[in-house]
Amino acid sequence: MSLDLNAVWFFLVALLLAGYALLDGFDLGVGALHLFAEKDEDRRVLLNAIGPVWDGNEVWLLTAGGAVFAAFPPVYATVFSGFYLALMLLLVALIARAVAIEFRSKQPMPLWRSFWDRAFAAGSILAAVLLGVAFGNLVRGVPVGADGEFAGAFFGLLHPYPLLMGFFALALFALHGALYLTLKTEGALLEKARGWARKAFDLFAAVFIAMMACTLFFIPRIGRALGEHPLLLLAPLAAILAVANLRRELCRGRDFQAFLSSCALILALAAFFAGGMFPALVYSLPEAQNSLSAYNASSSQKTLAIMLVIAGLGMPLVIAYKAFVYWVFRGKVTLGPASY
Amino acid sequence: MDTVLLARLQFALTISFHYLFPPLTIGLGVLLAAMEGLHLKTGDALYRRMSEFWARVLGLTFAMGVATGIVMEFEFGTNWAAYSRFVGDVFGSPLAAEAVLAFFLESVFLAVVLFGRDKVGPVLYFLSTVLVAFGAHLSAFWIIVANSWQQTPAGFRIVGEGAAARAEIVDFWAMVFNPSTVDRFTHTIVGAWQSGAFLVVSVSAFYLLMRRHEAFAKASLKFGLALALLASLSQLETGHMSTLGVAKNQPAKFAAIEAHYEKSAPAPLHLIGWVDAKNERVRGLAVPGLASFLLSGDPHRPVTGLRAFPPQDRPPVAAVFLTHHMMVSIGMALIGLSLLGVFFWRRGTLYEQTWLLLLYLPSFLLPQAANQLGWQAAEVGRQPWLVYNLLRTSEGVSKVVPAGHILFSLLLFTLVYAGLFLVYAYLLAAKVLHGPEEARS
Repeated sequence: MSLDLNAVWFFLVALLLAGYALLDGFDLGVGALHLFAEKDEDRRVLLNAIGPVWDGNEVWLLTAGGAVFAAFPPVYATVFSGFYLALMLLLVALIARAVAIEFRSKQPMPLWRSFWDRAFAAGSILAAVLLGVAFGNLVRGVPVGADGEFAGAFFGLLHPYPLLMGFFALALFALHGALYLTLKTEGALLEKARGWARKAFDLFAAVFIAMMACTLFFIPRIGRALGEHPLLLLAPLAAILAVANLRRELCRGRDFQAFLSSCALILALAAFFAGGMFPALVYSLPEAQNSLSAYNASSSQKTLAIMLVIAGLGMPLVIAYKAFVYWVFRGKVTLGPASY
Repeated sequence: MDTVLLARLQFALTISFHYLFPPLTIGLGVLLAAMEGLHLKTGDALYRRMSEFWARVLGLTFAMGVATGIVMEFEFGTNWAAYSRFVGDVFGSPLAAEAVLAFFLESVFLAVVLFGRDKVGPVLYFLSTVLVAFGAHLSAFWIIVANSWQQTPAGFRIVGEGAAARAEIVDFWAMVFNPSTVDRFTHTIVGAWQSGAFLVVSVSAFYLLMRRHEAFAKASLKFGLALALLASLSQLETGHMSTLGVAKNQPAKFAAIEAHYEKSAPAPLHLIGWVDAKNERVRGLAVPGLASFLLSGDPHRPVTGLRAFPPQDRPPVAAVFLTHHMMVSIGMALIGLSLLGVFFWRRGTLYEQTWLLLLYLPSFLLPQAANQLGWQAAEVGRQPWLVYNLLRTSEGVSKVVPAGHILFSLLLFTLVYAGLFLVYAYLLAAKVLHGPEEARS
């Protein structure tokens, strides 16, 4: 494949979404595990483990959204209006997650805290599942009319494959979040986090096998892409290796290596799906000729070039700030007067 | 119900609610950087107490801005898909630039400000407050670029015809600095400073009246008043420049602001009035020729009125007239309030003026109201256009979203936002009642 601006932007959007899954993925995972921590102090440690970083991590989703809007406006328009109800629920879930983190610590009443604990967990779980379902629909394909508009209905989005992908996203993020927590906790809570990671791994492994099998057997265009570009097989292979290594590190109790393996796993999966779906952004099922691709649904070459300059100036700075903030807040969480 | 009306209601609700928070973040960000700068320079622990307290208020407000802001980025696509297709090539890039250049910066350095005081040195901590304020301003800049392009499109061409027509960038910088960007950016930013400044003024006045945290309150009041006076006086200039721009670039909006119906005649300025849209006249108190004079220096210069535009191209006059006039009246009141404060500050008797402190108590509501009213005048005044003279609001809506779905999400947001508003107000009040941490020895 030739590397033109359209392809560059296709893969940049994929990279932004991968960055989102890698970073906010563990925030959502911590939220999904939150209620398993029973003591107030443990819950505070969980919140403070993601406290300084979750908001910056969510920005990756906003940036991906902005990039799709600017680089592929028809895709942004079709997907966002087509997935209307699901996205409205996603917004409410993300709002609940955000305000719960901020509000919880502001009052000591047990009822207050347990309410926001539940909002935090429910918002995180719902967001993970909805993002997975939306992604599963894009992988499988959705009905698109000849006018480029979404031609399906809300309940059509609840096909078994996207639902499996929703469940997969939840299991992946719960595992990723538990591994992140092993880096941020100490003592009894660390043991607990390791226990969550092991349980999440078992669940994840089962869903991972099911998801990969369904993708290869029931999503013909992914199989075709693998046939046309055999190098692409390296991505699922890398994902399987990452999963195997993750299990090994988990058994040896090497927390940081296990977390790095789950990061590698997410990147490998992103490469697999991006490579398998290219160049279609919205694959039209059943009428493939109506698909919106990086070529028939892009902005002008001038806009793609301008955006590349903005990304080229901005992203190195972003990486630098992110490295800085993770460095400043490195190590185990200690609760202080400024903590949640 | 009509999908266009429902989509507009939802956008109006979500953007108005969102816009309660960013102005405070911008204004408090400036004050926080100033407090931390003085702390760094003098080492006075009082400044540190101030910055710690206001950083908490900023953090709570910022979280609300983040939570409600993500809705806005989704809503262009969910509710205004036809619009997104039409403008994406142009409008998407400032939005993406906002995320890449401003949101990351703000979120990272706010984390340092809120949680990192013991983890970084004092200079880096001060720089973090400066970068938070800078990020907030940068974010405002890009979003104003996008909105201003809808008001005064520039640097583009139209390709395609009919439903497939769309705008494409031909000149990026002409798009960024379109004719209204600079005026509207300065006017908006200074309005945000007023929001932050008057919140600080209100809370400080409360402590002084209650005789609590007096050293803290006196110092905070001075910071608040200094920015309030600077901002309120600057608003005369930025507001004037914005109005000149509207008269030049969006004559129908200007005619609606003054409810000036006559096709071409010298325009009076209504100090107070009520629009009788049916009979196309205004009842109230007007200074003849004053609007013409303010625009051109000549009270007899004719100004294009609403009758020069076909009825389907006119904005709703009464709403624009009313919101704009209320905004200007509040602006004048804010100048008066800040001048009075600085006057008594110079005379050294500020803290004894109980009546003035009582006036300050609710004063934080005024800039908030003015910001909301000003945006309503700007956005309703742009109607019936979604992109001025290019795309009508009714043409921009998502075609595949049924009215029932929008009604559902509108009710959902109304409920969620009502709840959030109550919790935010409660927590802000609790924070103020709790007050700053007492001085440590």
